[in-house]
Amino acid sequence: MKYPYFPGCTLYTKAKSFDEAGKAVALKLGFELEELEDWTCCGASFPLAEDYDIALSSPTRALVNGAKVGDKLVTLCAICHNVLKRTNNVMKTNPERREKVTGFIEEEYDGSLDVVHYLEILRDEVGFEALGEKVEKPLAGLKVGAYYGCLLLRPADEMQMDDPDQPSIMEELLVALGAEPVDYPMKSECCGAFQVVHSDATATRCSREIIDSAQSRGAELLITACPLCQFNLEDRQNEMKEEDTGMKTLPVLYFTELLGLALGLGEAMLDTEKHFTDPKPILASHGLVAADAEG
Amino acid sequence: MRKKICAENIGNETQEKIKELSMQNVYACYQCGKCSAACPATEEMDMLPNQVIRYLQLGMDEKVMEANTPWICASCLQCMSVCPKGVDLARIMEAIRMIQLRSGKNEISIREFDDEYRKRAPQIALISGYRKFLSLS
Repeated sequence: MKYPYFPGCTLYTKAKSFDEAGKAVALKLGFELEELEDWTCCGASFPLAEDYDIALSSPTRALVNGAKVGDKLVTLCAICHNVLKRTNNVMKTNPERREKVTGFIEEEYDGSLDVVHYLEILRDEVGFEALGEKVEKPLAGLKVGAYYGCLLLRPADEMQMDDPDQPSIMEELLVALGAEPVDYPMKSECCGAFQVVHSDATATRCSREIIDSAQSRGAELLITACPLCQFNLEDRQNEMKEEDTGMKTLPVLYFTELLGLALGLGEAMLDTEKHFTDPKPILASHGLVAADAEG
Repeated sequence: MRKKICAENIGNETQEKIKELSMQNVYACYQCGKCSAACPATEEMDMLPNQVIRYLQLGMDEKVMEANTPWICASCLQCMSVCPKGVDLARIMEAIRMIQLRSGKNEISIREFDDEYRKRAPQIALISGYRKFLSLS
């Protein structure tokens, strides 16, 4: 089965391992992600102002291109997913705005495409039980906090992926991989998002609260589907450690990296150089990767 | 400072614009404060999220325009998720930002980011930040 796929800007560069592991895992599970031709940036934030139609033109073009090659468009990045899915909802439900935007990009589109997140493909198409049977390296004993953040879940009536207060899709995935999901109260709180370029204190504090919450419940690492959350949660730890030298760091992986590891695709799934907090020591302590010589 | 609340100020041009951009009715709000309770960023805000709506209800939009609150909002949508009256406060925050950005305000300066940070930060942080904090973006 081949699915049209929208990677987005960050998965091409800073979050390459998210993309590469996602593609490799797909092949292992019997489906293929086929990148859209000529995609452009989705805009990285859904325009909340009702008259800001121009900001819908780029995501709409991606939707139009997706609809030309299939009936589903798969995403990995939580922000791209949110922008594309919400834009699609405007195209579906608001004829006036649809006419304006499609007229501007000179395309026909009615919102018929289904924007689907990779996690939903795993749950609804592959099935977590079937996925579990393909696990070669069970993540036994590894305590993992699933970090959802905002955009996969909210607004719930548009995103329709999971319960926005008690999400469980990533926990179900972790169970299938043999890991121990850690339930913690802050899993769908905001990391500070783009405030990191404005009020970095907000991003540092919000990220710290999430990390503390997960660690207090015993999490040894976090998984996420958002490159901005991943960046904030890991990169902000440098600031946190300056304030609190005794702070225990917490690695934050893309869920596809951990998935690849469990499916036996090896350490190549982890882009340890791109991680600001090295996940290897904790993974090595569970025998999931080779221990580094220096320790 | 004493502030006079008068009916003439209610529904002025700025408030009409906020309503038009956000598609939200501030009078639906009965000030339960759940938005402020749910907001993860109040610590850095100088006006609580529910107070933003309260000032708009009272026709005191200039207070809202001076507040840092819309600029600290991260559009995480916790407020709209918990609102019992279905008010999407994130859209009101966006409208308040938009009115100012469209009149030329820049809330951040790209030049202030050092090269090392620009290389380290993912595109997604920069682009979404530019969209929220710079005029003409």
